[in-house]
This record gives sequence, structure tokens and C-alpha cells, in this order.
Amino acid sequence: MTRLGLLAAGFRRHRLRLILTASSILVAMILFSYLVAIKKAFEMGVDVAGRDRLVVRHRVSIIQMLPASYEQRIEQLDGVLDATPVSWFGAIYQDPKNFFGQFPVKPEEYLAMYPEFILPPEQKAAWLRTRTGAVVGRQIADKYHWKIGDRIPLQATIWRPKGSGNTWTFDLVGIYDGKEKETDNTQFLFREDYFQENRLFGEGLIGWYMMKIRDPNKAADAVKAVDALFVNSPAETKTETEGAFAQSFADQMGNIGAIVTAILSAVFVTILLVAGNTMAQAVRERTQELGVLKALGFKNGEVLALVLGESMLMTLVAGGLGLGLGYLMVSQGDPTGGFLPIFFFPPEDLVLGAVLVLLLGLAAGALPAIAAMRLRTVDALRRGG
Amino acid sequence: MLRWFSQIAALTAFNLKTMAARRAWVASAMLGMAFVVAVLVGVLSIGQGFSKTVEETGSPVRAIVLRSGSDGEMMSIVMRDESRIMEQAPGVAKGGGAALVSPELFVIINLPKMSTGTDANVPMRGVTAPAFGVHDEVKIVEGRNFGWGKNEVIVGRAAQREFRGLEVGNKLRLGQNDWNVVGAFTGGGASESEIWTDAAVLQPAYQRGNSFQSVKVKLASAGSFKGFKDSLTADPRLDVKVQRETEFYAGQTRALNGLVVGLGLIIGVLMGLGAIFGGLNTMYTAVASRSKEIATLRALGFRGTPVVISVMLESLLIAVVGGALGAAGAYFAFNGYEAATMNWASFSQVAFAFAVTPVLLVFALIYAAALGLVGGLFPAIRAARQPVATALRE
Repeated sequence: MTRLGLLAAGFRRHRLRLILTASSILVAMILFSYLVAIKKAFEMGVDVAGRDRLVVRHRVSIIQMLPASYEQRIEQLDGVLDATPVSWFGAIYQDPKNFFGQFPVKPEEYLAMYPEFILPPEQKAAWLRTRTGAVVGRQIADKYHWKIGDRIPLQATIWRPKGSGNTWTFDLVGIYDGKEKETDNTQFLFREDYFQENRLFGEGLIGWYMMKIRDPNKAADAVKAVDALFVNSPAETKTETEGAFAQSFADQMGNIGAIVTAILSAVFVTILLVAGNTMAQAVRERTQELGVLKALGFKNGEVLALVLGESMLMTLVAGGLGLGLGYLMVSQGDPTGGFLPIFFFPPEDLVLGAVLVLLLGLAAGALPAIAAMRLRTVDALRRGG
Repeated sequence: MLRWFSQIAALTAFNLKTMAARRAWVASAMLGMAFVVAVLVGVLSIGQGFSKTVEETGSPVRAIVLRSGSDGEMMSIVMRDESRIMEQAPGVAKGGGAALVSPELFVIINLPKMSTGTDANVPMRGVTAPAFGVHDEVKIVEGRNFGWGKNEVIVGRAAQREFRGLEVGNKLRLGQNDWNVVGAFTGGGASESEIWTDAAVLQPAYQRGNSFQSVKVKLASAGSFKGFKDSLTADPRLDVKVQRETEFYAGQTRALNGLVVGLGLIIGVLMGLGAIFGGLNTMYTAVASRSKEIATLRALGFRGTPVVISVMLESLLIAVVGGALGAAGAYFAFNGYEAATMNWASFSQVAFAFAVTPVLLVFALIYAAALGLVGGLFPAIRAARQPVATALRE
């Protein structure tokens, strides 16, 4: 009988238990896939925030608006490359359930601010030509089956349009892709000049500024400089890095993310422990059989390799399948129907998952395998009898 | 038929008696089930607690009026003149001779969260005198009410626990003015996460002129709603959306509930599968170790089906007892746990407590029973199918 044949015989020994244990490992790895995706989703893009980007908003709260005139004054500061206005539009597409962020922006400045938004040059040119033009992220375009040339009506909530009715109609001129997986491709962007002219009230006011600085290491100085510029004015500002801004937003969700990830981790570890224990148990049951192998002349190293090989093979196959399945399931989108816009399997966690599978195979197999190797043949034969 | 039942009864009684001898295995199976159920109940109690708090804010005898097309107070705008028209509408309750119609301004201010120190959107409500008649559940429990026309605020008890700097006697800096915290109040679900002040003082601070965002109306009775609503929607001077408050707040819980239920479902299904696979392994081992005993019973004349049913009953019992333990554990661990989260509908923070509700407990038991049945079925069938002679020889 070949070595491989022996390995195969080990698997056939307790087929049902093998299938059940392998299934547990598979489920654990699917759970792991969701765990890392959920963790990432609750971080809300904190780790991808541009280090050279800062957010300037009204000191009292983000719902209060800033004068459009601040843009020039911020840009005159030393070390500031650009400042560009952004506002919250908050209109509804067909039904309030269809939520996505809409922002009036200055096209060229905004695209330069976010180089990770990839928009084909001809679509950008079309946007610059079309006053009512809008550009959306790939994810949103796919979700609502929009294509370039479509006219998209949005029902105003805060910003009512001039004239009769309550509808703003935009011409879809471009669809952008994210450079990275983390890039938010759920934004609906349209022209700020159209927003300023066509709204019923609030002309000359904007929501907040995004600014870019030359040296990310001088962010603290830039924060002080901007806030000092408007101190004691009717609209004082609060400036912070994009990362800090995203962090405070993520913190606002409270500890729900932390609780869910803690629970999932506990479950994941428990399933693995149970599976590992069953595997170790299976080896211990075979003490007598291993003794026979040794009596037949198998060397210690060979017995070790046999036992370890069996446990590794099973965990690798089951764990690998679980990771693959988990990856596929996570790519189907977020399980909450749109409440976690950034939902994907972070590639670096794929490596972590593979390492975990490997460790499980080693840990579950190693202790009994070493015990089996050290076993004196006589003891093994006697114990089984 | 009778014999069949008596066989089941005898076998089940036999199983129960031998459980004591197998107590280590029974205890570990129960513990496993308890853990699974506790985790699931824990996650779902977040959604239940949030809904409970937000929905408590609404009262069936109050109506909320928003600009038509608005989904929340943050986006709505209602002018002073419009709220005067509502005072004349039928079905409005009177208090102290005046109509109980409360126009309210709803804004947010940034305050650091107690737990993280990072800024959070804290809701702030500007009210007029009728507000305290309309929201009669609001009670000052410390200090005094704010003075009309002054830069003074009262704060909800839950807001005090969740955000820094809201102790009575403190000052809040808001724009160019300091506001004194002069009192604390309780009552009314999500309202307790809010800061209240005089609308007339708040309007200029937020450049709101004489506009408000919502109007809360106390109705003469819950039944007066339809008449009130019809009169407002028929009025050509108004362009508004009228909802019962209960209905309005139920709508506000949709986002977080969707999130928690979505996550809960994933956790429940995957964990259930994990539990079934792990549980089946132990169950099979247990049945296998008893195969001689079961074969003896069958040799004595017990039939296959009663054997299957009795094994399943045992598995069900273990699962339900384990599940009940888990649900009780979750109740003690999670019920009342205080947290605050973003209410996306109002773009502001709501403090709430996790709630392990009776509905959740029942659900937990059903879930445990289902796992127990599935986990017991296959091993039971295997036990019954095994040829008696083979099993006895082993």
C-alpha cells in the first residue's frame, strides 16, 4: 500500500465524522469572510482617507452652512493646494429607501481632489459642457440600471428648485470607477453652479469644504491656520483631517460594529475549537493502528507525516473551500440591503484566512501526531487491546 | 397504536433516566446550544432596544406635521403662519385655553461622545410654550426649566449619560454665545437624547428666521386623527404630510433594524449550521456509544419508529433546555445595556438600551428546538436502522 493509499484509508475510516468536521471548518471560514467584511464596513473608509485631505465645516454642526466666499480665503493660506465646496443635497430617487449620497461639486476641482475616482476623459469633457450633467459611481449606476444619456429625476427635500414642482432633473453624462476596492463608488455628483442658481434659497452658502495640502505632515498647522482665519466670525469653522472626520462618523454608529465583530469572532473561534478537538480525538482513537504501523517498520517521521498530512489535507481543502465560498457570498453584496455601502472581502484578510486554516491544521494535527511519533510500539498495541 | 405510544413513553423515560449517567455529554451539548442562542439573542436585542426607544417617543394621540415629501424632521420646513392655521383645525386638543400645537425647530450640535471623545451629532430642539402641554411625558427632574428668551437649555437624562459637558450648571458654546444648562428632564424615548431650548432664541442662532421644521399636535383623542389630517391636506394654503406620531417613529427605525436583522440573519444561519455540524458529531458519537443498548432494546421488541422518536425527543429536550439557559444568559448579559447610535432618519444620536423582549425569547426557543430536531434526526435514524445482530456483537 502506498503512502497516499494509507492517507486515503485514514479518510475513509470515519467518513461521516470527516464530512461533519470538514463542514464545520467550511462554515467557520464563511463566517470569517463575513466577519472581515463587516469589520471593514463599520470602519467606514477611515483607513483609505487621504492623508493630504482635510474637511472644513461649520464649528457648531455639519448641518450649518458656510459662505461660498471662504474658498478663496482658504486657498490663499500657505501650503494649501486647493479648497473645493461640497454640499449635502439629500434628494430622493423614487423612494426614500433608495439611499445614496448626492453632492453638488465643482467638477474639475473635485476630480482633482479625489484622484481615486476614475472618469474617462470624454465623459469629463461632457460633464464640463452640460450644466445639468451628473456623474455617478459604478455601484449606483449598476443598482438602478442607469446608462449614460439617461435623465434622472430626483425629488428635492431640503433644496427646492426654482419654478413650479419639486423635481430636479439631471442628465447622466458619466460613470466613475474607484481606483481601489475601498473607494466609495456610490456618489451622485452634479455641478455646483447649477445647484447655486437653481435652488429656491440659500444662494452663496455651501455645506463644507474639502481642502488639499502640500505636506501631509503639516496637517496640524493647516487645521490651526484655517480655524484661526474665521475665528469670531458668524460662521466659525472646525477643520480636521479626512481620517479624523471619517473616524468620528464611524464612532457615531456607536459600539454596534464592535459588538457584532466581537460576537462573530467568539463564534468563529468556538467552531474552530470544536472542530480541532474532534480531529485530535480522531487521531487518539487510532493509537493502536499507529502502533501496528510502527511494528511494521514505519519510522517515527513517517508516522508524524501521515497523521499531520491527514489533518492538514482536510483543513486545507475544507478551509480553502470555505474561504472561496465566503468570498463569493460576500461579493454578492451586503446582507443588510444597502446599509453598509462599503462591503467587500479585503484582500489582505484573504491571506489572514489562509494562515488561520494552516494553523488550525497544524494545531489540531501536531499534538496528537507528536504523541503518536513518541509512542512506544508495545504501549500502543497494548493500549488498544 | 396504543402500544406504539407506550413504547415511546417507555423509551423516553429510559433515556431520561440514563441521562444522569451521561451527564458530562449532556451538559456539554446543552452549553453549546446555550452559547449559540445567547449570541443570536444578543445581536437581535440591539435592534429591539433601538426600536423600543424610538417607538416609545411616539404617542397615538399626537400627530406630526412635516412639509410634504420630507421623510424626517431634518429635511422639513414649516413656517410660523402655517402652524397658526393648524391651530384652527378640527380634532386639536386644548390646554389652558390654547390649542396644543407645538411648532418645533430641530437642529444638531457637535458634542464629544462620552465613550470615544469624538464629535457626535447631538439633537437640539427649539420649542414654544405649548410644547410642554403636547409632550406631557417630559418632566424636569433636576434644576429648572429654561427661561423664555434666554440662552438657557435643558437636557435629556440619556443625553447627559452619552455626551460630555451636559451637567446642570455647565455652559455650552454654540456659535458666538454661551448657553447655560439649567435643568435635566426625563420622558419620551428618543426625546431623552435631546437638548431643548426656546425656539425664539435658537432660530437666530441657526439663521432660521421664523421657520420651524415640524409641528407636533396633541389630538382630542386617538380617533380625531382622520378629521385633523383631512382638514390639513384639503387646505390649499398648506403643503404638508400628516402622520400619527407612532407611525412616524416606526418608520425611523427602518434603517437600523434592517442592519441588525440583516446581520442577525447571517449570524443565525451560519452559527446554526456550525452548531448542527458540531452537534451532529457529538450526537452521533453519543448514539454510537449506545448502539449496544439500543440494539438490546430492539431485540426486546421495541420498534424502529419509537426508537427514532425517543432519540429525537431527547435531543429536543437538550436543545430547548440549553436554548432557555442561553436566552436567560443573554437576558442578564445584554438586557438594559446602554448604547447610543446614529439615527440616520434624523441624522443625530439616539441613546437606547438593548432589549431582550419576550418575542425574542420565544424566537430563541423555536430556533433552539429546530436545531435540536435537525441535530437529532439523522443519528436517531442511524440508531434505528442498525442491524440488531451487528450492534450486539460489537
